[in-house]
Amino acid sequence: MLKHESTQRQEFLDLLIKVRQVGREIIEPAASTVDEEAVFPQQSIDALKELQLLSAYVPVSLGGMGFNVLQIARICEVLGHYCGSTAMIYAMHQIQVACIVHHAQSSEYFVNYLKRLVEEQRLIASATTEIGVGGDLRSSVCAVEIADDQFKLYKQAPVISYGEAADDIVITARRHIDAAKSDQVQVLTHRGDYELEPISSWDSLGFRGTCSSGFNVTSSGQVDQILPTAFADILSQTMHPFAHITWGALWSGIAGSAVNKARQFVRNQAKNNIDTPPISSIRLGEVDSVLQVMRTNVSEIAREYFEMIDDPELDSNAFSNFGFGIRVNNLKISSSELIVDIVGKSMLICGISSYRNDSGFSLCRHIRDAYGAALMVNNDRIMLHNATLLLMHKEEA
Amino acid sequence: MNTDVIKSILAKHGRLSSDVETLNEESDLYNAGLTSLATVGLMLALEDEFDIEFPDSMLSRRTFASIGAIGEAIAELNH
Repeated sequence: MLKHESTQRQEFLDLLIKVRQVGREIIEPAASTVDEEAVFPQQSIDALKELQLLSAYVPVSLGGMGFNVLQIARICEVLGHYCGSTAMIYAMHQIQVACIVHHAQSSEYFVNYLKRLVEEQRLIASATTEIGVGGDLRSSVCAVEIADDQFKLYKQAPVISYGEAADDIVITARRHIDAAKSDQVQVLTHRGDYELEPISSWDSLGFRGTCSSGFNVTSSGQVDQILPTAFADILSQTMHPFAHITWGALWSGIAGSAVNKARQFVRNQAKNNIDTPPISSIRLGEVDSVLQVMRTNVSEIAREYFEMIDDPELDSNAFSNFGFGIRVNNLKISSSELIVDIVGKSMLICGISSYRNDSGFSLCRHIRDAYGAALMVNNDRIMLHNATLLLMHKEEA
Repeated sequence: MNTDVIKSILAKHGRLSSDVETLNEESDLYNAGLTSLATVGLMLALEDEFDIEFPDSMLSRRTFASIGAIGEAIAELNH
């Protein structure tokens, strides 16, 4: 478990060039329509499948690219430059892939599934939150009903991002009908074996292309489809760090794209008056330094996490110290605040052009996406969590 | 071992989803629903009850992983 093999650096750099090309030619041109109409970015995700990117984190031995968490985060960041929704969908998919890669390879079913994921480039969504638990991931109402080697599961999910476009959905539930609300497992269900009854739509301020509607899910399948590790461990060892690292990375991409627009704006101004640097150039220097802080924060935690899971001596005790969880939470809080700060500063540089939808310097989609970051897993909830944990954790001198 | 006292503190502050009476000394409290947040309340209540203070080196999930582990930690601090 938690084992991973890395690919050569050059292969990765070559791939990044292709991702940027797809970003410029397919993802960015589609981004406005995806945003305006709140539709799933089908062409963009298809382009990623074309590059085999949906199995980028699957080990090489199973046919994947074997990229590590730092590399996956970098891909998320690049995608964030072109379309926030596409990047978010990609990140959410990779979180589920990582959960399976780290915690399910002891099962023949999941090893075969990972090979299938490589071949078919299947898109995985997740039904984690549930109506009636108040946003607490560590509680479930619904339960896996097991009879012989078959299961049935019914869940009321207030949000399943891209649920309708996905090929598979990972559902969190109580282990069996008599299990305690915190005794949870994850179940991988396949399209065709589940039915989605829509219960809410997704007409949001930003990240409109994630199509994060709510559904009642009815599913069935074989007991083999239950991940062989307790959800509590999957959450602390993979889902929590992987989510905040990939989200922070894609938010850096959105912020970086705003700074690039600001840079172009200042260049244009500078050309008009070569002898006197424009006043906005000072702000460009300022916002670029904030972007660096944001990016460094993401790569620092990604590196720490990579080293933790790369350690051959690793057992789950490596996560038993509260410090790492606190730092992951800090990454989420700071990234989600910095994205708003950076896009806002870039808007000040570009002026009213950035405030217009009909301008090449428009940052309207960026700022709307940016405000979502603090709300997806609410920052106040995370802050209270950290404030409490800090009573038990002191940084070593 | 102060098992009964620990159990009553767990019942009050552990916010477990299992009944404390069904747990034995080795039962994994995190599987029984102990969250890291509830661990903090549990730690503060134990310190108050036993008039001890957990040193930083003991502040990990392991210390609070079972009734037995908590009992051993308290015994060590009372020495």
